[in-house]
Amino acid sequence: MPDLDLDSPWTLHPQVSVRPEPFGALLYHFGTRRLSFLKDVTLLTVVRGLAQAPTARAACLAAGVSDSELPTFERALGTLARSSMLIERPPAAAEAPPSKERNA
Amino acid sequence: MTMLDMKPADTPAAARLVDLFELGLDAPICLTWELTYACNLSCSHCLSSSGRRDPRELSTEECKAVIDELQRMQVFYVNIGGGEPTVRSDFWEIVDYATAHDVGVKFSTNGVKITPEIAQRLAKSSYVDVQISLDGATAEVNDAVRGPGSYATAIRAMQNLSDAGYRGFKISVVCTRQNLSQLDEFKAIADRYGAQLRLTRLRPSGRGADVWDDLHPLPEQQRGLYDWLVAHGEGVLTGDSFFHLSAYGNALPGLNLCGAGRVVCLIDPIGDVYACPFAIHENFLAGNVRSPGGFREVWQHSDLFLELRNPQTGGACTKCQFFDSCRGGCMAAKFFTGLPLDGPDPECVRGFGEDALRDRSGDALPKPDGDHSHLTSPPRPRTNKPVPITLTMRRPDRAPVSACAEDPLSGFHTA
Ligand code: SF4
Ligand code: SF4
Repeated sequence: MPDLDLDSPWTLHPQVSVRPEPFGALLYHFGTRRLSFLKDVTLLTVVRGLAQAPTARAACLAAGVSDSELPTFERALGTLARSSMLIERPPAAAEAPPSKERNA
Repeated sequence: MTMLDMKPADTPAAARLVDLFELGLDAPICLTWELTYACNLSCSHCLSSSGRRDPRELSTEECKAVIDELQRMQVFYVNIGGGEPTVRSDFWEIVDYATAHDVGVKFSTNGVKITPEIAQRLAKSSYVDVQISLDGATAEVNDAVRGPGSYATAIRAMQNLSDAGYRGFKISVVCTRQNLSQLDEFKAIADRYGAQLRLTRLRPSGRGADVWDDLHPLPEQQRGLYDWLVAHGEGVLTGDSFFHLSAYGNALPGLNLCGAGRVVCLIDPIGDVYACPFAIHENFLAGNVRSPGGFREVWQHSDLFLELRNPQTGGACTKCQFFDSCRGGCMAAKFFTGLPLDGPDPECVRGFGEDALRDRSGDALPKPDGDHSHLTSPPRPRTNKPVPITLTMRRPDRAPVSACAEDPLSGFHTA
């Protein structure tokens, strides 16, 4: 059972902040105080596109991920979902921009 | 590497993190900020030789300006320490300012100011993480290093945090020859107060250099520590301190590289920026946040940090079968024990460090910069020992070309 369903809508957790780096990006979750790394710029594009895309699969395709690469990206997104960096969003919230707002 | 507790996500690219980080990052991910050299205690192994405040310490406004810069650079959080940071009268103002500006705070304290009221306040904020220092699971072992009454102070702080409903604060233990037999007791204390145990390595930095010979773990204790860490997995944090022990078997969780100047750095109380909190010495001083361009300029453009980010190849450790995970160990530990920076760590699990220590020339060991110890501190071991006479003034600031040359400082010259 994969950690992330490619055909559902996903988004970054609102407490996650993204910092682009030459190799990809660093993600930090203020709630869990966990760091994660995106070691690849395409993955960063996918992650950034999630909130606007109807499904995770659509975000991958929009970032130029090929069919053969899809399973790899599914796994990577799954890792992020497992550590709560990504959360499933209700379809109605598709228009909401990704927020790095903190509720402090 | 120090103080970095993190979990890389398994992402598709082939590059290993260690290779990416070797080139440095646009901003540090593990920034230690010591707010003051003032401290109510005089721990014998203090990495920053703290005790007395330095009159040049950053003002409240200067601290806020640093935070503004960190926010712009997207430094997610700072590890605040000292000295005892909470003795600054503006400590809570600085913490509040940081968290209001997207900079999370994790602060280390001996617990002196963690009253029930403060504990309540801390329990309410998810952006402030607390780390209580404890170097013995019993008062006897703890107080021998941290001073009389310090065990009771730490336990009271933990009780207050626990009573306030704060879960998951950290108990930070510097592992020594005296306390390594107490690992299970430390774990029990952490469990009792709903805290998480964090074990770190004793390094010969600051006053730690004076007591390192007597306090650093014996080889068989290192082995026991490694096995204990493997058995406890990610439930116990290490701040990536023990990557030199990876050579016993599998790599421990973490980055497994010396991050000095690449992902780690220190801002000291007077605004000086060093490559690592364990390397307070002019050789590792990159600049000052008060100079034009501020912290960003130092991090991104200082000669020292650029030098540290030059990948190095070749050398004896690189031929070691364990080099991939051990990488020659800790730069600061080598430096302050007078060992070449591109050679094995003094606590090399293969015993090469002990050999190197034995063969060391009689030159003076490098002294950390700025001793802020209380003038009334208990006499330090150094004063009880014969003082070695120094005939030459070789400063080990240049690394001979050999051994762990992938160490960031190999071939590095300050002059
Ligand atoms: S010098 Fe030692 S403590 Fe500092 S980052 Fe390198 S390995 Fe860690
Ligand atoms: S020889 Fe160097 S790389 Fe090998 S275990 Fe010792 S310190 Fe580590």
